[in-house]
Amino acid sequence: MQKLFFTVMAVIGLSFLSTAHEGYHVGDAVSDFSLKNINGKNVSLADYPDSKGFIITFTCNHCPYSVAYEDRIIALDKTYAAKGYPVIAINPNDAVQYPDDDFKSMQTRAKDKQFTFPYLHDESQAVAKKFGALKTPHMYVVQKEGGKLMIKYIGAIDDNWEDASAVTEKYVENAVDALLTGKPVAVANTKAIGCGIKWKK
Amino acid sequence: MNFGVLDKSFFLATVICCISFFADAQNSVPVFDFTKYENRILHKNDTLYIVNFWATWCKPCIQELPIFEKVAQTYTQQPVKIILVSQDAKTRAVQVNDFLQKNKYTSESFILSAGNPNVWIDKIDSNWSGTIPMTLFYKNRNKIYYHEGDYETYDELEKIIHSKL
Repeated sequence: MQKLFFTVMAVIGLSFLSTAHEGYHVGDAVSDFSLKNINGKNVSLADYPDSKGFIITFTCNHCPYSVAYEDRIIALDKTYAAKGYPVIAINPNDAVQYPDDDFKSMQTRAKDKQFTFPYLHDESQAVAKKFGALKTPHMYVVQKEGGKLMIKYIGAIDDNWEDASAVTEKYVENAVDALLTGKPVAVANTKAIGCGIKWKK
Repeated sequence: MNFGVLDKSFFLATVICCISFFADAQNSVPVFDFTKYENRILHKNDTLYIVNFWATWCKPCIQELPIFEKVAQTYTQQPVKIILVSQDAKTRAVQVNDFLQKNKYTSESFILSAGNPNVWIDKIDSNWSGTIPMTLFYKNRNKIYYHEGDYETYDELEKIIHSKL
């Protein structure tokens, strides 16, 4: 009886551990992925041999936070792609529940907003799950280190989603600027500010 | 004579302006900062404050709002107060109000716009990821319950209310 009790407790304990550690943390290495871009061709991180790293964002069409941050994501790519940190945008949302987030709508949005970066469809949601992404937008700043892709920052873009002109802390920019000058990232973790990712039912 | 007519129409225009201004002011939910939020929730009494974070764009939130409305209708004789805290942008105070009116929701509602979410989310609950829906119970200035996620049924929420009354 006691043995059974301990086994049950151990199983419960393990299941807690596994949920608490889902997804990547700052300091982890990212596994490459291959996802379909809006032009129909697959993109993986290995396609960028000359980049120093990446600004990866899980985002989507319908979420008001994603819409509010769209121009700032475009600006990040304009500033940092040339410096070696291009933006890679990934839409992980279930298009059955949110038709605005389907592949066709992604193509339309990317065209309308003249995205200068890939906008990838994570149709199986496997990449979002592997990253442990919870929201749109959810930012991951990644740096190449000895052939590995190391996560240096996870969280929000900045400290004011409603009003870009009132931002005082630009978390992602600060992180990439630090990496570009060989400094440690001062704020490596924030809570991503966005809508919950719509998981398949 | 002409001046008189002009004066009159100017006066009328002013009145109409004023009326529509006040009408607009009434037709939007208030926007609260964090201090106002706490002042509204934290009271030295036995009232159970059920605080639901939601937004007009959030489908699971909208799906569960009738559950909270039913609580408000059911617990009229008990010290239970439903407060709906919208996470819509502060510029959408009119649309939020329209949504509540259209659905005949009577619970007290306001938009919380409290600056850097990475500061105020942790102040509300350090376990909260910031996603909605999220529900809190407060009593006697204390937070006594926290739940990230929705409720499937009225019974599910009522069971928790009974345990906290």
